[in-house]
Amino acid sequence: MTRIKIKIRVIRVIIRVIRVAEKMIDVKHIAKLARLGLTKEEEKKFETELSSILDFVEKLKEVKTENIEPTAQATGVFNVFRESQAHPICQDEKMKEDILKNAPNKEGRYFKVKRVLE
Amino acid sequence: MLLNELTITQAQQGLKNKKFSAVELTEAVFGQIKKSDKEIHAYLSLNEKGALAQAKEIDGQIAKGKDLPQLAGIPAAIKDNILVRGLRCTAGSKILENFVAPYDATVIEKLKQAGAVILGKTNMDEFAMGSSTENSAFGPTKNPSDLQRVPGGSSGGSAAAVAAHEAICALGSDTGGSIRQPASFCGVVGLKPTYGAVSRFGLMAMASSLDQIGPIAKTVEDCQIIFEAIKGKDELDSTSTESNRKSGIKNQEPSRLDGLKIGIPKEYFAKGIDEKVEKTVNKAIDKFIELGAKVKEITLPHTEYALACYYIIMPSEVSANLARYDGIKYGTSAASDSRQSALSILDVYLKTRQEGFGKEVRRRIMLGTYALSAGYYDAYYLKAQKVRTLIKQDFDKAFEKVDLILTPTSPTPAFKIGEKIEDPVKMYLSDIYTVPVNLAGLPALSLPCGKAGQLPVGLQIIGPHFGEALIFEAASAFEKSA
Repeated sequence: MTRIKIKIRVIRVIIRVIRVAEKMIDVKHIAKLARLGLTKEEEKKFETELSSILDFVEKLKEVKTENIEPTAQATGVFNVFRESQAHPICQDEKMKEDILKNAPNKEGRYFKVKRVLE
Repeated sequence: MLLNELTITQAQQGLKNKKFSAVELTEAVFGQIKKSDKEIHAYLSLNEKGALAQAKEIDGQIAKGKDLPQLAGIPAAIKDNILVRGLRCTAGSKILENFVAPYDATVIEKLKQAGAVILGKTNMDEFAMGSSTENSAFGPTKNPSDLQRVPGGSSGGSAAAVAAHEAICALGSDTGGSIRQPASFCGVVGLKPTYGAVSRFGLMAMASSLDQIGPIAKTVEDCQIIFEAIKGKDELDSTSTESNRKSGIKNQEPSRLDGLKIGIPKEYFAKGIDEKVEKTVNKAIDKFIELGAKVKEITLPHTEYALACYYIIMPSEVSANLARYDGIKYGTSAASDSRQSALSILDVYLKTRQEGFGKEVRRRIMLGTYALSAGYYDAYYLKAQKVRTLIKQDFDKAFEKVDLILTPTSPTPAFKIGEKIEDPVKMYLSDIYTVPVNLAGLPALSLPCGKAGQLPVGLQIIGPHFGEALIFEAASAFEKSA
């Protein structure tokens, strides 16, 4: 009798853990995808903040959207083509120099990047 | 009247009649900036030398008796996420602290061609993410009506500059209310044009399906003058389009609005609205009736889902757009720190973005990355895009019955600095009336319609796609009757 009770209690705890876990965001994983470094405290803070925002957007689930097309562009423009030619703006040599001036690391007329392949 | 307090139209008149020179006008504005901007902090950087050189050139043209372009000699402030060649452009972020714009945005090219004088760059929430300008990495802007309060955001610097007469007019950008809400908080006029009506080439992208550049000015007429100068298709922004829609009111005096059909969405006057704001806006609606407009209640049933929809779509697009700030092409970079030479490329990304971005920006990048990540795309992003369709359809249906829609711009007047900064959701609610307009790609203008105590209240006029002319007509009639 007591064994069954304990089993039921264990199952209940497991269900609760799963429920909480479902709502929890894997902040570390998301931060890596986003290429954002986070401190330990920030990880914790984001976890609660993001969950509260997600609770807020949960509201969308109430809306029935079967057979509704998604809207990505509200004024109906799509597939705008142009000639495959360099724009005159690309002829501006001074601009090219100014663009490179903003580079944190460069060599000659190139952006300098850390080794990509190990 | 002081020169810096003039409207565009008044200043144009004065310049044409040689009552003062463009240099004098520009100097008067810089005089005001030096007097009051220490307190207000509307500007992040000034272009005094360049502005005076531009003004001098205009004076030369006036002396020669040349025909003057639309904005000749008019001093304008530019939000710091719009590129002006040779000027620093930070978007209110530490990551772009030392970035110098290598070219002009299309709107800047157009303003320069129209003769406008560029005063400097105005403060904003970092990368336009915020509703109070408190998210700027360089400190908040204060509301000229009450220095304890926020000017709204994200174009808070532009709105405050115009309100404090530190500029004759300004440009802002609006993704979810960032022109209209600060215009409302500061008691000036701001227009978010139809999606695509103004080129965004040279605007730092935030949420590309929502972003628009627009004017902030002292009067409706001034707003229209700037809008006319900057609008139009641009081959450098494939989402830009030409608009040919004409005004909808015909055969009547310009000061009357007979026959105009106005809708009042009942969902915008529900819980959460400040009592004084509601009263002020209702009085404004009565004024429209006096002017001859026919007012009726309408319904936009999906309004309550707009904010949730926005807070999926916007951060998703933000997370993609802000991937470009990687510490390689521009901006502050962990790689340029000599002590960090052993860092791998992944570490450079992680550290650059950790140190360069502020809290709200990182919060939204995280939220967007989550919404777009494997397994969640359908539940969040796709779902939100479908709800967006329903929100747009609400407006489509409403515009079958009415010409324009009137609402408050924001549920409250300007709030206190620090009041909402710790609670993101509470902060997001201040955009509840402006966000649906961006989701539907519509044009909308905020104009002052009275005060709640000492604080300005804004009235929002929403029009159908490319209905700017009609909005201006109605707003102008209201403004003149006040």
